[in-house]
Amino acid sequence: MGASRRWLPVEGRSGAAGLEKRWCAYAREKPQKFEYTWPDLAVTGKCLTLAKCAGCEAAQKQGGIAESPPLAGRIFISMLLEEKAMKITGAQAVVESLRREGVDIIFGYPGGAVIPIYDAMYQAEFRHILTRHEQAAAHAAHGYARSTGKTGVCIATSGPGATNLVTGLATAYMDSVPVVAITGQVATGLLGRDSFQEADITGITMPVTKHNYLVKRVTDLPAIIKEAFYIAGTGRPGPVLIDIPKDVTTSLLDYYYPDQVILPGYKPVYEGNARQIKAAAALIQEAKKPVIYAGGGVIISGAEKELLLLAEKLQAPVTTTLMALDAFPGDHPLSLRMLGMHGTAYANFAVTEADLIIAVGARFDDRVTGRVETFAPQAKIVQIDIDPAEIGKNVAVDLPIVGDLKRVLSELVPLLAPQEHEAWLEQIAEWKRRYPLTYEEQEQGISPQMVVETLSELTRGEAIICTEVGQNQMWAAQFYCFKKPRSFITSGGLGTMGFGFPAAVGVQIANPDRPVVDIAGDGSLQMNIQELATVAAYRLPVKILLLNNGYLGMVRQWQEIFCEKRYAATILQNPDFCKLAEAYGVKALAVEKPEEVRTKLEEALAYTGPVLIDCRVNPEENVMPMVPPNAAIYDMLGVEK
Amino acid sequence: MKHTLAILVMNNPGVMARIAGLYSRRGYNISSIAVGETEDPRISRITLVVEAEDETELEQIAKQLYKLIDVIKLSDITKDKAVERELALIKVHCHPANRSEILQIVDIFRAKIVDVSQEGVIIEVTGDTDKIQAILDLLRPFGLREIARTGKVALVRSAAGR
Ligand SMILES: Cc1cc2nc3c(=O)[nH]c(=O)nc-3n(C[C@H](O)[C@H](O)[C@H](O)COP(=O)(O)OP(=O)(O)OC[C@H]3O[C@@H](n4cnc5c(N)ncnc54)[C@H](O)[C@@H]3O)c2cc1C
Ligand SMILES: Cc1ncc(C[n+]2csc(CCOP(=O)(O)OP(=O)(O)O)c2C)c(N)n1
Ligand SMILES: [Mg+2]
Repeated sequence: MGASRRWLPVEGRSGAAGLEKRWCAYAREKPQKFEYTWPDLAVTGKCLTLAKCAGCEAAQKQGGIAESPPLAGRIFISMLLEEKAMKITGAQAVVESLRREGVDIIFGYPGGAVIPIYDAMYQAEFRHILTRHEQAAAHAAHGYARSTGKTGVCIATSGPGATNLVTGLATAYMDSVPVVAITGQVATGLLGRDSFQEADITGITMPVTKHNYLVKRVTDLPAIIKEAFYIAGTGRPGPVLIDIPKDVTTSLLDYYYPDQVILPGYKPVYEGNARQIKAAAALIQEAKKPVIYAGGGVIISGAEKELLLLAEKLQAPVTTTLMALDAFPGDHPLSLRMLGMHGTAYANFAVTEADLIIAVGARFDDRVTGRVETFAPQAKIVQIDIDPAEIGKNVAVDLPIVGDLKRVLSELVPLLAPQEHEAWLEQIAEWKRRYPLTYEEQEQGISPQMVVETLSELTRGEAIICTEVGQNQMWAAQFYCFKKPRSFITSGGLGTMGFGFPAAVGVQIANPDRPVVDIAGDGSLQMNIQELATVAAYRLPVKILLLNNGYLGMVRQWQEIFCEKRYAATILQNPDFCKLAEAYGVKALAVEKPEEVRTKLEEALAYTGPVLIDCRVNPEENVMPMVPPNAAIYDMLGVEK
Repeated sequence: MKHTLAILVMNNPGVMARIAGLYSRRGYNISSIAVGETEDPRISRITLVVEAEDETELEQIAKQLYKLIDVIKLSDITKDKAVERELALIKVHCHPANRSEILQIVDIFRAKIVDVSQEGVIIEVTGDTDKIQAILDLLRPFGLREIARTGKVALVRSAAGR
C-alpha cells in the first residue's frame, strides 16, 4: 500500500468544519504518507493532539491546526483515501473488504435487507454456503473458525434472520470464537419505527458479542469492517456483529480500506510481565505435586508445543478442560484427560491433592471446579490468561500472568530446570490403575462408549470431531483419544444443542480432506436436522454418528438420579432417521447390533459423501463418573473409593 | 462500600447501554451515574458510583468495564484527592411564615432560589453528596415536593507542582 494518500473532505460534518478544511487544504498541497497514532490518553493526560504525522506537526507549527482532531477515529480513517479512490456501493464495499480480510467463504441466508449484498457477492463470485437456517450459518462460521483459527463469517437478513443468529453468536461468545456476523437492517430512515422486519439486533446481541456496530453512514463501512475483524480475531477472540441498513448498502462511497485500526479503548496485552514470569518459575520450582490445568486458551493461542514442553520438563501431569482435550495428546503418559463434572477420577483426585495448579488458558468454570471452596484446596494457583477479567474471577489466584499463552510459556519454560516428581507420578499411576475410565460392556445392546472408542480407533484419533450436547458430547470427550489440536469442536460454555451438525458443515468446508464426524444425540440432531439439505447440496462428506437412545439422555440421567426416574418430557418419539436422511439424498446406515458397529463405521468412513449412521445404543446408559451439582469434584458418582 | 469510578469512553452510540447492560447482567449495583461530553466531543466522561462488597468484586467490575471496547480509561478515584460535586434541584413548600427560615438555610448552604411561586420555591444546590444530604434533611420538615439530582461528577485534583 505504498500509494500516496491525501485527506479529502468528508461530507456531513458540523462543528470543527473550519479546522478540517484547513487541514485538508494543507494535506492536499503536500501529499505525503501519513502516520497516525492516537497518543495514549493515559500518558498525555489530556485529550488527543491530532494524529502524529509530519504533516500534522508542520501544520501545527504554522498555526493551521488546533489541538483536537476534527473527526472521530473511524471517520478519520475513512477520510484517508488512496490516490485513486474507487466509487462503489456499500454492498460492494462489504464484499471488497471481506476479500481484503482474506475471507474465502461466507455462510448465510438471504432476505430483503441483504439483497444488495447478495447481489454484490454474486457478481464478485464470492463463495457462499446457503445453510437452511441462520442459526446453522452462525454455527458453521464457528466450526470454520475453530478448526482453522481464522475468523468465520456469516450473514443474515434483518429481523427474523438476525434474531435467528443469536444462539449462534452466544455460543461463539461463550467459547471465545472469532466470528463476524453481518446482518441487514431496515433503511436508516425507517429505523426505530417498528418497520417491517426491524429488530434491534445490536441491542439484542450486546451481551453475547465482543462488540457490535450499527453502520449509519456508508463512509464508515470499510473502517468498521476493519475494526470488526480486528476485534474478533485479536486478544481473547469473540463474535462481532455488523448491522447494515439497506440504504447504506446501496449508497456510493469513495472506497478506501484502512490498513490500521484506531481503537484507543482496545489494547490486548500479549507480553507477559517479566517479573511475574520469574516469580512463577520460582513458585513452580518449589512444587512437589504440580498439576497443569489446560484450557481452550491453549488452542486459541496455538501453544500446544509449549504446553508439551512445559509438561515434559516439569514431569507434571496435565489435565484439560472439555475445551482443550485436543491440546494435549490423550495417550501421553502425563495426560490425566478431562477434569470436572464428567472428568476422570484420577484427574479430579490429582487436582485435589496438588500443591500447585498451573492454569493455562482455562477459566475455572463451575463444571470444572464443582463447589468452589473445595477446589484444589491445598494448591497455590498460577494462572496465565490473556483476559485480565478472568484472573481471580471464580477462584483466588496466587500468581497471575496476563498475556498470550504461547509467548508467556516460551519465556517461562527456559527459566525452569528439568524436574522429577517420581512419588507424585507414582501416586497418579496408582489412581489410574484403580479408577480407570471404563464402562460396562453390555452383553446385549450397543454401548455408546464402545461406539466412540471404535471411531477413535478407526480414525486413529485424527478425525475432526464435532458434537451435539448431552451424553453424546461427554462420551465423545471421554472415549475419543485426540492427537491433534483443533480437532474437537464442541459447545462447552453455552452447551447448545443443535450445534454439532452445522458446525461440522463449516469444519468440512475448511478441511475438505479430513474426516469430519458429528457425534450426535437424537434430541440435538433434530434441532438443526434441516442441514441434511446443506450437506447433500454441497456434497460435504460429513459423517453423522447418531447415538440414538430415544431420550434426551443427559436430562434423563439427572431425572434418574435426582428425580427418582420421573422422566418428564425426556422420552423422544423419533422419526426414522435413515428414511429422513435418504429423503434429503443423504446415505444412511442403521446399526442395531454391537458386532455391526465396526463394519458400518468403516463403510461410512470410506464413503465419499455424507452419511448418517443411526446407531441404536442402550437407552438408559449413564455418563460416569459424575460430580453431582455443587459437590466437591472428588465426590464422584460411579467411583467406588 | 461505595466507590467512585471515573471513566472515559468513546462517545459512540450505545455506549451507555453497554455499561448499563453490563451492570444488570452481572448484578452489580450502581448508586449513581453522570455522563457528559469532555473537551473532545468524541469522548465522554462518566462518573459512576458503585457499591461493591469487597475488593474482588470491585476488581471484577472494573475489569469488566475496561473490557468494553468503547471504554478508553478507567480509574477508581475513591481514595484520590478529587473534587466531587452533585447538583440538586429541590422544590419545597413555602409560605410567608417560613420563607425567611428557608432563605436562611439556602444562604448557609450557598444555594440559590431559582424559581418562586405561590406554593413554593425551587432551590438549586451543588456540593458533595453529604452536603446535598444535609440540606435535604434540613428542608424536609417544610415539605419536599420534588427533587431532581444529577448524580456525582468528579475530577481528580492536579498534583502540586505538576
Ligand atoms: C453437558 C456439559 C458438560 C460439561 N462437563 C464438563 C466437564 O466435566 N469438564 C470440563 O472441563 N468442562 C465441561 N463442560 C464445559 C464447560 O462448561 C466449559 O465450557 C469449559 O470447562 C471451559 O473451558 P476452559 O476453561 O478451557 O475455557 P474456554 O471457554 O475455552 O476459555 C478459554 C480461556 O482461555 C483464555 N484465552 C484465550 N486466548 C488466549 C491466549 N491467546 N492466551 C492465553 N489465554 C487465552 C480466555 O481468556 C479464557 O479464559 C461441560 C459442558 C457441557 C455442555
Ligand atoms: C438448545 C438447548 N435446549 C436444551 C438443552 C438442555 N439439554 C442439555 S442435554 C439435553 C439432552 C440432549 O439429548 P440428546 O441430544 O438426545 O443427547 P443425549 O444426552 O441423549 O446423548 C438437553 C435437553 C440444551 N443444552 N440446549
Ligand atoms: Mg438422546
